[in-house]
Amino acid sequence: MALTVTDLSCSRGGIRVLEGMSFALEPGAALILRGPNGSGKTTLLRTLAGLQPSDAGEVTAEPDAMAYAGHADALKGTLTAEENLRFWAGMFGASDIGPAIEAFDLGSLRHRPVQNLSAGQKRRLGLARLAVTGRPVWLLDEPTVSLDDRAVAQFGGMVRAHLGQGGSAIIATHTDLEIDAETLQLEFYRPKGRAVASDPFEGAFA
Amino acid sequence: MSAVFWRDLRLAIRAGGGFGLALVFFLIVVTLVPFAVGPETSLLRAIAPGILWIGALLACLLSLDRLFALDRDDGSLDVLATAPIPLEAVVAAKAAAHWVTTGLPLTLAAPALGVLLNLAPNAFGWLTLSLFLGTPALSIIGAFGAALTVGLRRGGLLLSLLVLPLYVPTLIFGAEAARVGAEGLAAGTALALLAAISLAAAAILPFAAAAALRVNLR
Repeated sequence: MALTVTDLSCSRGGIRVLEGMSFALEPGAALILRGPNGSGKTTLLRTLAGLQPSDAGEVTAEPDAMAYAGHADALKGTLTAEENLRFWAGMFGASDIGPAIEAFDLGSLRHRPVQNLSAGQKRRLGLARLAVTGRPVWLLDEPTVSLDDRAVAQFGGMVRAHLGQGGSAIIATHTDLEIDAETLQLEFYRPKGRAVASDPFEGAFA
Repeated sequence: MSAVFWRDLRLAIRAGGGFGLALVFFLIVVTLVPFAVGPETSLLRAIAPGILWIGALLACLLSLDRLFALDRDDGSLDVLATAPIPLEAVVAAKAAAHWVTTGLPLTLAAPALGVLLNLAPNAFGWLTLSLFLGTPALSIIGAFGAALTVGLRRGGLLLSLLVLPLYVPTLIFGAEAARVGAEGLAAGTALALLAAISLAAAAILPFAAAAALRVNLR
């Protein structure tokens, strides 16, 4: 299993948003997260990435397995596209950024400062970062925002290639990426009853 | 780790990176002081070490609030936190880059500005040495403050208030070294304490700053 989640509960800003989640992800499989705004897609992805602790339950994965791509692209405006990509490649111990540049058709933008790129171009560059991390499990939060149809198709192809190489992905999206994937409806994991997470201060001052 | 260091250096040098801001601020403070206190050379000589140290300290504060805030805003901090390199090393590398772009230029500029304040001739070496040993502590303590306030909009105000008391020991021993040196005495004790503060800060505060960043990323 690339990733196993058992009875996971997580909260955002002290409010419990997800409860009792269990699922498993095999290598080569993808999972699409769906749910209305505020249903906990970002919270779940950030919890899985280890950026915030869970309230309860367990996430089991290989160490250093997750590559997280959030709403922001993690790019520096004053550096060129290539410099940005090279930096992340260096951080994740990769050296070859060629395939990532090719997969996203970024060759012509290589030497342009990122601040001069359009939102869609930045997004493509931000997603190309995933390919240079070399991590097996991609956690993607609304990856197709500001991408045009062609880039969405390119991105779908990149995810399919990643899955084909035994990687896996969890994607929060409302766009059809033409990926063979299971869908997880987050509404089913909405907490029942009192929605407020236990706050240690509340008990102390009661 | 070196990747973060070189990226931060490159960002600082590129347009809008803030390199030079600290230096110009330092220059402004030091050139304005003689206009404010009057041209009496003996008075200027007496206060020069203190003014130079206060100027360097405030100049250092100026760019601190950007240290992690920019990385948080563009999402880089999330990715850095999930990278194979520990967040403690990221903090240390960023603090080192901050020192190279602020503390080091301030140290190098201080002797030239000392002339403007009629600094005692035998104090130049001590002043430069004290800044060289003391400014790393300013960057590392500042990185800790920046990590604590990274989630706040306009966190610079709180950052300054948090960091200033922690800067006091560095300021005391730094200015003391330069002052004692100006009187022609050996300032070894103050310099040793200054170096101790820098080393202790470098050893402990990256861990504290990384813990603060993790809390702020939630």
